[in-house]
Formats: sequence, C-alpha cells, structure tokens
Amino acid sequence: MAEAKTFIGKAAVLEALPEHPAVKAILAWKPEALVDAKFDRGELTLTIAREEIRAAAATVQAAGYNFFEDVTAVDWFPSSPRFQLSYHILSHTLKERIRLRVLLEGEAPAIDSITSVWPGANFYEREVFDLFGILFEGHPNLRRIMMPDDWQGHPLRKDYPVEGYR
Amino acid sequence: MIDTIGTPILQAPVAEGAHDQHMILNMGPQHPSMHGVLRLVVEIDGEIVLRLYPEIGYLHTGIEKTCEAKFYHQVVPLTDRVNYLDPLSNNLCYCLAVEKLLGLEIPQKAQWLRVLLAELSRLNSHLIWLGTHAMDIGALTVFLYTFREREEILRIFEGLAGQRMMTSYIRIGGLSMAPPLDFFDRVQGFIKTLPEKIDEYSNLLTGNPIFRNRLKGVGYLSAADAVALGVTGPILRASGVDSDLRRDMPYSGYENFQFKVPTATEGDCWARYEVRLVEMRESVKIIQQALDGMPEGDFKADAPKIVLPDREKMKTQMEALIHHFKIVTEGFAVPAGEVYQGIEAGHGQTGYYVVSDGTAKPYRVHMRYPSFATLQALETMCKGRMLADVVAVVGSIDIVLGEIDR
Repeated sequence: MAEAKTFIGKAAVLEALPEHPAVKAILAWKPEALVDAKFDRGELTLTIAREEIRAAAATVQAAGYNFFEDVTAVDWFPSSPRFQLSYHILSHTLKERIRLRVLLEGEAPAIDSITSVWPGANFYEREVFDLFGILFEGHPNLRRIMMPDDWQGHPLRKDYPVEGYR
Repeated sequence: MIDTIGTPILQAPVAEGAHDQHMILNMGPQHPSMHGVLRLVVEIDGEIVLRLYPEIGYLHTGIEKTCEAKFYHQVVPLTDRVNYLDPLSNNLCYCLAVEKLLGLEIPQKAQWLRVLLAELSRLNSHLIWLGTHAMDIGALTVFLYTFREREEILRIFEGLAGQRMMTSYIRIGGLSMAPPLDFFDRVQGFIKTLPEKIDEYSNLLTGNPIFRNRLKGVGYLSAADAVALGVTGPILRASGVDSDLRRDMPYSGYENFQFKVPTATEGDCWARYEVRLVEMRESVKIIQQALDGMPEGDFKADAPKIVLPDREKMKTQMEALIHHFKIVTEGFAVPAGEVYQGIEAGHGQTGYYVVSDGTAKPYRVHMRYPSFATLQALETMCKGRMLADVVAVVGSIDIVLGEIDR
C-alpha cells in the first residue's frame, strides 16, 4: 500500500482496495451502510450512516480491528452537516488503523453509543458529550466529565468563544 | 434536556438494601497518595471496595480549544504542558502528525536524535513512576534514588533546550537547534551507569517482602478486559498482550533499532513493576544504538517556508529574513486533511488527531492520552479488593492528571 496514493470517494476506494479487511467486512455485512470512503496519507477513512455505527463497530471488531483507540468530534460550523465524529480503531494483528466517520446534523445531534461493543469508549463519549453536546444513546453514564455538572454550553463548539463568556 | 442528563456522582444510590452498612468515601482531590488532583469516589463495605468512580476535570485547561487559536508552530509548547513528565514524546507526536499533513521528509539525523530523546523522556517518566509508586507503598528511599537519576536527565534537557521540563525541543520539521557539544558525552555517561542504578532499585524493592506482598496479585486486569477498556502501554503488556507501536507501526525510524518488548501474563501490579523495569533497560539499549549509529547530516528539514532559518542565515540573507518574518507573523498554511498519529510514550499509546482546513491554524487538535483510558479500568482492578489496595493500584497504573484533563 503506497503511502503517497490518495483515493477520494467510495467508488475509487472500492476499486483500489477491494481486499482491505475492513472494507470487505463492511461490504459483506451491509454495503449501503458505507456512505463514503477516503484513503489519504496512508489512512483509510470509512464514512458510516448514522444509524449503523454500533453495528459497523461490531463488524470491524469481528474483522480483526480489535482495539478501540479514540473517538472525538469536529465541529464544521456553520456548514451542514455540522458535526463529524471520528472513531479510530486499531488492529493488533493487522498492525493497522482505520477511521470510522459519521456526520451529524447540528440540531440536537445524537448517535448510538458504542460502549456495548467497546466498554472503553465510555469516557471518550462522555468527553464528546461534555465538550460538543452530542448525545450518545444507550450510554451507561452520560454525565459531564471535564466541566462542572452545572456548566452551561459546550466549549469545543466553534460558536463558543476561546476566552469563554465574560 | 441536554443539561439535565446524568446523575451527580454523590447522589448515585448505594447498592440495594445496604444503606446502613455501605459508606461513600472520597479519596482526593487533595489526598497525598493520589497522583495530582484525582478524586475517587469509593463505595465501601467495611474495607472492601464495591464501586469506584474516578471524578476528573479539576485540571481541565481547555488545551484543545487553545490549539485552535494558535499557529501550528505555536502549539508545540502547549503539548509539553499536557504530560509534563514525558515532554519530548508529546512534542514528537504532535510534530509527526503535522509533518504527515505537510508530507515533510525529516533528515535521518533528526529522526535518530528524536528517538534518543523520546527514550530519555521515557526513562524520565518511568523513574518518576518508580519513585512515587514505591513511596506510596511506604518505601521512601527509592524516591530519592530515582530523583537523583532524573535530575541528570533534566540537566541534559536543560543543556539541550534551556528548559528542564517544558523543553519544546522537537519542532515541526526537525529540532529547534543543534544539540550542545557535550550532549553526546553526557548521554553516554548517563546510560553507562544507569543499568547499575536499575539494579540498585531492584535490590531495594524486588526482594522487599512488604513491597512484594502489597503488589503481588493486587489490581488484576485480564487481557480481554484491558483490550476492551482501551488500556495501553506497560499495563497492557503486563496483562499479556504483546503490543508496542514502536515495533508494530514504527515511526521516526524505530524500525532501525533492535529492542525487546517485555510482556508478562500475571496482569497484577507486580507484573507492571517488572515490565517497566525491563523497559527501562531496553530504553538504555536503544539510546546506545542511537549514539553508536548517529548519522551525519542536518537536524532540520530543508523547507524554508516551514522551518525557521538559522540565526546566522537570517542576519545575512534577505530571503531567510523574509521567511523568518512570514513564519513568525503569519504561520504557514497546511494542506487540508485529517491525520491521526500514534506513538508509544512512557505511559502508553499517545495519539494526536489533527484536522486542517488549509489555513495556518489547526482546525481541530485532539489528543488521545493513555492515562485517560487507563483510569476507566481502575474500577475493574479495584472491585472486591481492600481499600488499601487502591493506593497500590493507582501507583501502578502510572497516571498523570495533566494528560487526563488536558
């Protein structure tokens, strides 16, 4: 897999990397859940439909991507869809990392929690909830983690000033 | 609705039908055995831990938000302050991520120096862990011994960067300046004596019956639990999972170095202690290899629009002066895209996720730090054990609150 090559778009990635274990597993499970794909700077990004993230996480887990590393959000305010969630998942056996990406609308953003697949996502989802205000449905203990419980607003949103409100 | 979700921690009900026996106990945030401002809310039945919630955020400074308001090169000093015990690994991880976005090639000498510095930094982190962990258990002497060696590392850093802790020495495109003339001799002198010093620590602790009894069989974490909870680094390896990013997904030229990745299968505090001691010895070997095979060349990439010019050039060449002025005042634009760079730092896998929108300031910098995930596993390790074991376990997982709260 050459690092320099870039494939943008689902069709290009499917053509260039048909044998990639994560791509293969997702196609075998539900091709329509894969909305978009990108291979850039040696990193594979698979965009998953919002409703399917929990099942997609279980699918890549079964395909050998056993280690959940990180989930975080990016706020693309004021464009739409506003939020992007990036899940970074590592495989200890394949020695490779993939990124699952989900796009969320800005109005009352919510998504299924993946804590039932990887319990380690617990704190990470709480952090995203706290700092971005994205709800994770089915999370066992969705409370603020960094900010005080009575804090107003979500600091990492782009419409929240860097200096805070004074 | 969004602001009312969740139960405040102290209102969490104690287990059914146990109101008269169970007690909620606060450990921290100002408890001497808590490393930093960590607060643990523990539900106990007598001396037995039933539930445990880590309550964090006392050190939250919003570094990720601050990064979005800075130029790419101004973020480097912020990364030191996240994990102040392992500063050069943070610099390295951030710089590797930005270099990946830029597609920048780093000269071999800079790469080898980075490896050397990352290992020195790992030794620094492990020495502090060993000293404070032993102190928590009651073996006060070792603390003084490890800080003696740590002092030498800090002096080396001071000679290098002018700073003992917040080095900011690794920069985007290479290093900030050439190492001082006596640098290699000092490092050589330090690592020559370190294996003996590690033997000395081992003599003080390994045969110590109190230390053994406090650690053996305490804080058990199975391999499956460790993977499920996102635990990395020495703790994961002590649970029997053979994973090390330096070997598995090499970065910065680690593929040129020979070293062993120690593992253990017991998964308790004692296994973590042993794994870390072996890791320190392996770090010494890596540093020796880096010293022996140090390639010739430049310590900065040849990219005048990204890397600041030498002082001398800046004073004599018009173009260098212009580039210097432009980089300092306007920063440099980074092509749009997103990258995730993971490295194996002292505590485990550190990762930087940097998103660029094509301007001179990062659109989003997210830091994945190992202690944050490790803290989730604390309840699993402490449940059903004695309260006093919590102190041993917190010491053995080697956390830094700076990197948890960020």
